[in-house]
Amino acid sequence: MDTTVINNFKSEEYQINMGPQHPATHGVLRLLLTIDGEIIKRVEPDLGYIHRSIEKMCERDSYQQIVHLTDRMDYLSSHINNEAVCLTVENALQLEIPERVKVIRTIIAELTRIASHTLWWGVMGMDVGALTTYFYGFRDRELINDIFEETCGARLTMNYNIPGGLMFDIHPNFVKRTKEFIDHFKTKLPEYDLLLSNNIIFRKRMEGIGILSKDDAISFGASGPVGRASGYSCDVRKHHSYSAYDRVTFNEILKTEGDTYARYQVRILEMWESLSIIEQLIDNIPEGEFFTKTNTVIKLPEGEYYQKVETARGELGVYIVSTGTKNPYRMKFRSPGFSNLSLLNHIAVGGKIGDLVATMATLDLVIPDIDR
Amino acid sequence: MNITKNIHEWLFSLMPATTASIVEMVLIAVVYLGIFAVAGLYLVLLERKVAAWFQLRLGPNRVGYQGLLQTMADALKLVSKELTGTIKADKFLYNLAPYFVIITALMAISLFPFTQEFQAFDINIGIFFLIAISSIGVIGILLAGWSSNNKFALIGAMRSGVQTISYELSVGLSLLTMVLMTGSLQLSQIVEVQKHGWLIVQGHIPAVIAFMIYMIAGTAETNRAPFDLVEAESELGAGFHTEYSGMKFAYFFLAEFINMFIIASIATTVFFGAYLSPFGITENIPLLGVFWFLIKTLAIIFLMMWFRWTFPRLRIDQLLVLEWKYLLPLNLMNLIIMALMVLLGLTIQF
Repeated sequence: MDTTVINNFKSEEYQINMGPQHPATHGVLRLLLTIDGEIIKRVEPDLGYIHRSIEKMCERDSYQQIVHLTDRMDYLSSHINNEAVCLTVENALQLEIPERVKVIRTIIAELTRIASHTLWWGVMGMDVGALTTYFYGFRDRELINDIFEETCGARLTMNYNIPGGLMFDIHPNFVKRTKEFIDHFKTKLPEYDLLLSNNIIFRKRMEGIGILSKDDAISFGASGPVGRASGYSCDVRKHHSYSAYDRVTFNEILKTEGDTYARYQVRILEMWESLSIIEQLIDNIPEGEFFTKTNTVIKLPEGEYYQKVETARGELGVYIVSTGTKNPYRMKFRSPGFSNLSLLNHIAVGGKIGDLVATMATLDLVIPDIDR
Repeated sequence: MNITKNIHEWLFSLMPATTASIVEMVLIAVVYLGIFAVAGLYLVLLERKVAAWFQLRLGPNRVGYQGLLQTMADALKLVSKELTGTIKADKFLYNLAPYFVIITALMAISLFPFTQEFQAFDINIGIFFLIAISSIGVIGILLAGWSSNNKFALIGAMRSGVQTISYELSVGLSLLTMVLMTGSLQLSQIVEVQKHGWLIVQGHIPAVIAFMIYMIAGTAETNRAPFDLVEAESELGAGFHTEYSGMKFAYFFLAEFINMFIIASIATTVFFGAYLSPFGITENIPLLGVFWFLIKTLAIIFLMMWFRWTFPRLRIDQLLVLEWKYLLPLNLMNLIIMALMVLLGLTIQF
């Protein structure tokens, strides 16, 4: 065969911008893709499009004010973010927190986790082309938001926690409506499997792509469902228990496959676990105060404080350096999304564009959490 | 009662033959453009209503009674929009592409026997013509993707080329399986054979298999979910029509729905007896044929919408594996079985 003919068909790599405005990046994330035909050669995330200097702003604010900044990070886990800052401050002050506060915080945190996962599930389906899942996910999420709205007035950015406890007591309907939600969701969660999880096209799309080994998960600092799908036991609720997690029994969902389908399954099963946690606590909310009185101006003793919690996306760390004034000297958040995004290039290379979208969906990225 | 024939004779008695044929052609074109526009717009509305029904929503319900005028308003908006395009686009091809898509769709629609008389264009190679026409449409998509000078559009167009070339084989072969029983490619003949029983009943098992394959391949031909890789929203933004706006975009959009109507109409004609009523219950009222034709077509269209709103999208390599490794061999075997059945007289005869 003539060699010039072969040369004419030489393939070349090219680059495309996925984002900052692209349906699959769910926010203003820009991915610079190097592609050969349909096959991904390199993924370079480019961050900073929604950077708001939250960490720097914290140095300016009092500790009560900082709480309100944090729900603009991972807005789907806003309550858990608030809780992380409050726990750090409370631990630094060595405050005694009423049992009632701990239980309520835990219940709402688990409801937040379910709300976040239902939204993720809807968007996940949309990313692989099943548009109907979006509305099913939102249907169930709305009920949780209604419960939140009744108790604390907000649906998304909750601001329910303050250092020392809660802003106000739960609404009289809270227990009743939460129970109603549990009953409702127990019938709806199997529908999720019927519609999407067991669909043959979906299984073929998800299984065996974006594989992350356990060693890689640890070295990339993966946490949350991403880490646990690779067999890395990293549930902060289990290993460094906080609030009321020490008084409930729940399983840490672990999978060993490490592919996108394992990550998908971990989140679905986590919703069942969250339901069980809420069920154990909802009838046993202790009576008592809903906050501990703190000074109007909180001054942390000089030193460094660190507290981590398990958000819907993984391990959120709050690091405060205090010099004894009313503002932190330095504040740093260890956000789960940032570490989880860092491994995207590692697991997406070699796949197709469709694989990249599916893989990215199971990392469950919330861009304001990555950029802060 | 033969309306089209009466009009034809009336026209020819009124004026010289040349003028009469020109007037007749214009009349036919106007009628079919009307069908085209109404079918396209109301299929869009139907899709939105069906989607809403699947997704626990209400769907359009503000413009007109229950949103019946919604798509009319949308069309008006699209017509009045500014046509924007990229500077570096290949202008000639860029402007040509939408017409390829829309004209081929329009040509195909003229073949269907809506009733016994109401058929504009009854040629003896009907099925062959339909398949040939539907493969020209993809040229428009390829041109659109290439001339837009946009990488996302180009990926979409290349996917479209691969997809249509592959699935056309299955569409053709599954229809060929049915043609074995009719012995004719002419659509009116195919309907005639089904006077006493639809072909899907006559051909029983191989016919059902052929129908399934046809539905899968037909959905792929129209680039609809789960085979909508061409404009995979979460991967490519809008795919091949990323750079189109206003009426040019509307052409692509409308053509998608008309193509769905065409695929469903072919299925109605070849598998379900076109305008024939079930068990001949309204045999004496030929005009009701339109009703039966539309009912059957809409049922199949509903099936395709059902696919779209429940299934996730396939990946490009899975798409090709499905066609070349599963559908095509199955189809060839099915064809041979059908040929043997016809030869041995194992089909159900009425």
